[in-house]
Amino acid sequence: MQRDDRVFLMGEEVAVYQGAYKVSKGLLQEFGEMRVVDTPITELGFAGVGVGAAMVGLRPIIEFMTWNFGILALDQVLNSAAKLLYMSGGQFNIPIVFRGPNGAALQLSAQHSQSFESWLAHIPGIKVVTPGTPYDAKGLLKSAIRDDNPVCFLEGEMLYNTKGEVPEEEYLVPIGKADLKREGDHCSIITSGKMALMAMQVADQLAKDGIRIDVVDLRTVRPMDVEAIRTSVQKTNRAVVLEEGWEICGIGTQVVDYIQRDCFDHLDAPVIRVHQADVPMPYAKNLERAAKPDVAKTIAAVRKVMYLD
Amino acid sequence: MATKVFMEALSPTMEEGRLVKWLKNEGDAIKSGDVLAEVETDKAIMELVARGDGMLRKRLVGDGESRPVGQLVGVIAPADENIDALVAGAGAPAPAAAAPPAPAADAQQAAAAAPAAVPAAPASPVAAAAPPTNAPPAAPQPTPAAPAGDGNGGHLRSSPLARRLASERGLDLAQVHGSGPGGRIIKRDIESAQTAAAAAAPARAAVAAPRAASAGDFEDIPLTQIRKTIAKRLAESIGPIPTFYLTAEFDLSRVVEMRAAMVEMGDEFKVSINDVLMKAVATALAQHPEVNAHWLGDRIRQHHRVHLGMAVATPDGLIVPVIFDADQKRMSDISHEARELAKKARERKLKPEEYTGSTFSISNLGMFGIDQFTAIINPPETAILAIGTAQDVVVPHGDGFVTQKRLRVTLSCDHRAVDGAVGAAFLQTLRRLIENPLMMVF
Amino acid sequence: MCSEPSPLTRSVLHLRPHMAKKKPDSAKSSDAELNGTLLRSMLLQRRFEERCAEAYALGKIGGFCHLYIGQEAVSSGSLSVLRPDDYIITTYRDHGQALARGMTPRTVMSELFGRVDGCAHGKGGSMHMFDKSLNFLGGHGIVGAHVPLGTGVGFAIKYRGGDQVCVCFMGESVVNTGAFHEALNMAGLWKLPVVYVIENNRYGMGTALERASAIHDIYERGAAYNIPRAVCDGQDVFAVRGAMQEAVDRARADSQPTLLEVRTYRFMGHSMSDAVAGTYRSKAELDENMKRDPIALLRMHMHEQNELTDEALQQLDEEIKAIVQDAWDFADKSPEPPLEALFEDVLVDTTSDAISDATAEPVAAD
Repeated sequence: MQRDDRVFLMGEEVAVYQGAYKVSKGLLQEFGEMRVVDTPITELGFAGVGVGAAMVGLRPIIEFMTWNFGILALDQVLNSAAKLLYMSGGQFNIPIVFRGPNGAALQLSAQHSQSFESWLAHIPGIKVVTPGTPYDAKGLLKSAIRDDNPVCFLEGEMLYNTKGEVPEEEYLVPIGKADLKREGDHCSIITSGKMALMAMQVADQLAKDGIRIDVVDLRTVRPMDVEAIRTSVQKTNRAVVLEEGWEICGIGTQVVDYIQRDCFDHLDAPVIRVHQADVPMPYAKNLERAAKPDVAKTIAAVRKVMYLD
Repeated sequence: MATKVFMEALSPTMEEGRLVKWLKNEGDAIKSGDVLAEVETDKAIMELVARGDGMLRKRLVGDGESRPVGQLVGVIAPADENIDALVAGAGAPAPAAAAPPAPAADAQQAAAAAPAAVPAAPASPVAAAAPPTNAPPAAPQPTPAAPAGDGNGGHLRSSPLARRLASERGLDLAQVHGSGPGGRIIKRDIESAQTAAAAAAPARAAVAAPRAASAGDFEDIPLTQIRKTIAKRLAESIGPIPTFYLTAEFDLSRVVEMRAAMVEMGDEFKVSINDVLMKAVATALAQHPEVNAHWLGDRIRQHHRVHLGMAVATPDGLIVPVIFDADQKRMSDISHEARELAKKARERKLKPEEYTGSTFSISNLGMFGIDQFTAIINPPETAILAIGTAQDVVVPHGDGFVTQKRLRVTLSCDHRAVDGAVGAAFLQTLRRLIENPLMMVF
Repeated sequence: MCSEPSPLTRSVLHLRPHMAKKKPDSAKSSDAELNGTLLRSMLLQRRFEERCAEAYALGKIGGFCHLYIGQEAVSSGSLSVLRPDDYIITTYRDHGQALARGMTPRTVMSELFGRVDGCAHGKGGSMHMFDKSLNFLGGHGIVGAHVPLGTGVGFAIKYRGGDQVCVCFMGESVVNTGAFHEALNMAGLWKLPVVYVIENNRYGMGTALERASAIHDIYERGAAYNIPRAVCDGQDVFAVRGAMQEAVDRARADSQPTLLEVRTYRFMGHSMSDAVAGTYRSKAELDENMKRDPIALLRMHMHEQNELTDEALQQLDEEIKAIVQDAWDFADKSPEPPLEALFEDVLVDTTSDAISDATAEPVAAD
């Protein structure tokens, strides 16, 4: 926002309240009302306002308090932002960022715990970014803002409290490139978003048993870094996909498709996906825990593809 | 869990099998590995072996009936299992099991390359939640109790990686034990199969697998009018193969000398007379492709490679394992291979690719004290050499006599392909090589 | 379409007292040049849309085709008071507005035929006319979805401190959508320079206004957002001009939005797949409304002012028909887009990395 006057932030509670999760703390003071704009509770409306402003040259960052509410704005993401460049024959590009927390937190119950990466990744005409670490978040958000296309940026309440090394200086993380968070040759875990942290925990735990895991943190799910997936699985011959969403047509199904296409002769076992149970998220603590992916389930999946049990 | 019994491709070229005799009855208890029936292939009578445990619930074929490879011929299942659905589908042949396409001469490569057509079992994702009442679903699904590699009616289960590795390393998947679920062959099985094979290799250098057959290995001679006439008339007069016999007696003196000289250098250089004879025959065949030929009905295939069939008597009967490219092999290799193959033959451990593909055969009854005999040609070959016993014979020499070791061979020839003079010329070359063994290195 | 009309009725313009600045009757122009321009603009749309109907029937236009016939006064009237740097955004019934704004008949027809010379190179079609050079922002298919977009344009204008205006056309059914409500609320809350023009042709596809909307004087909804509102006769091009001028002036001077209901009528069905009459509206009603043909009304006025002879009109008509025929021929000859175009313009490769390090000059908003 300092570097480019055209960038502004718009969303619920972003200004006076300093952000529902304090993401925009201090911004109102620095940039003023015109550039840090509180909106009424009107996701469809203000997402459209953002697209309209982007059509005429501004660079909006539209914040959804969570992506559960962002679904109300899906028409603007899908039918306006993603389509205007194509429908206008290349005349109007939309340099907009839609961002907000995605996925479950703790006991927020069914309507506040959903993961939308596969819904959004389905759409041509946008990019969908899913950082899992503080370092990646800063670099990717900057890349997203500078990108001249619509970018959906999926954060996570649980991630806001994660601590990690973040350089002070300006740096960019490229959109569409995965990162190998751990290296190993026994099994690949392919993941993104907050599940990347879990995958690293799994890898570190398995390392104690001498099992060496390649953790491929996709960081972007559209476009997906197929090369990284291919390189890893061809090396290890087995894969587990760790994802936050539900089973049917979740983002992992696309990963599995890339694997079966490009690594067919390298697979020693079928690919296993670890994902949320196919139910609305329950409130009770024990049920929620059972519904979510966790370290133990992921380890079991790794052991299964390695024929260890 | 029922086990389907299929008519299996028990030889590489088999397309149909005749179930000669069931050795088990409906109702009998069956264990994996039990011999269920005798099946006549295109080459020999082979055993059809059970691949699962249970009771032989149904025999779908009667004694003496034939079925194409892949068709269901029986069902093994627990006594109480309903197999109606299985039996109802008996008409349709199972998806291709291991029958590979038969190349012109060499089947060995094909066996290693033939993948089972069955894909690996579909992915079963570990759902992140079991029903809340169960223990956390950390344990993977239990593997079925069926013995590895079996329990699925002849279908080979293997991971794509395992198949590729097997193909690259020339391993026959059918011979690899699968330790994965449902008997799936996985990477570690290929690796252990390979180390086992390496460990079991004989101390001397392992005989290399013959190189793959190629189109330059033979040429086809179209039939001339004379040839067609001879074929037709002689077949009418004497039966399917109009055979004639040429006998020759060889002086083994120089062979004996050569053997003695070799043994003097050490026991490891010992070879038998038969070994020498095989080397000589192979060498002679290389020079006489017209005798190293197959009769194919509408043409004669003269082979440029010499694959020597060596008749071996076994408790079950005669079988002819093959020494491939015998003309290219050293006598010591031939000797070693011959011994190995004979041993395997007697132990009934020969694989089909080890007893198919010969271009010419020899049969030696010398150890039985047979002076000479006429062997029966091994079709589609066009000749066979019968070797009699080596014995001391008194022969005129100069003004007096001398005792010589001599041996009689009889060449049976298929007159459709080989005329008298052709066979005789071959024997002439053979005599020169046997009576002057140094000529073998010329 | 030049049937004898009934006597020209006065335009009806209801304004709230605090908004009325002058009597609207004087909106009628005695400027012959302006009138000629308006007539030409409206007649072009009429002849163009007539040929579109023909082209659709011949299969040259596919998909959806929503014709503007009968509403020409709204487009020509409203757009004639705008500047080139003002913005326009509209619904899928956009051919008329596109032509009135100045897009060439060739590019519009080529787009309709799905050819590479269309304004969107054949990638958009009837509902998606765009022209960045004319600040014509489309052409949108989802009912109501473009109203927040127009609001966003207004936001950008204010953000940059300019005095441009964004005109956002919509049908009368749009006022019931959530998007309309959210957008108008923000426009009223933040005071954005957007003129929301409701082209009330009385039917949302097959549903009459009275069956869809809880209130019938739909401009009154502006009260819910505390924004200025008005209604006018959409068949009278001068009435439209007058109302529009007031709204535009208000937006430029005060950055205030206006909700302007323009009462008009469409002579054709909702789209080419819809019957002209007999299903949800009677032929009698149609006939009655066709007596107030906006082109006929203007023509009559010009006739009264002695600005237009029959010969001149005839000549004008011939000229316009020739222009439309030329557009047809041009479109017909234009090639279909190459197959590579399938994957073009999904994303752009660029970023705003004109600034690649933090020490460089920040980018200004305008």
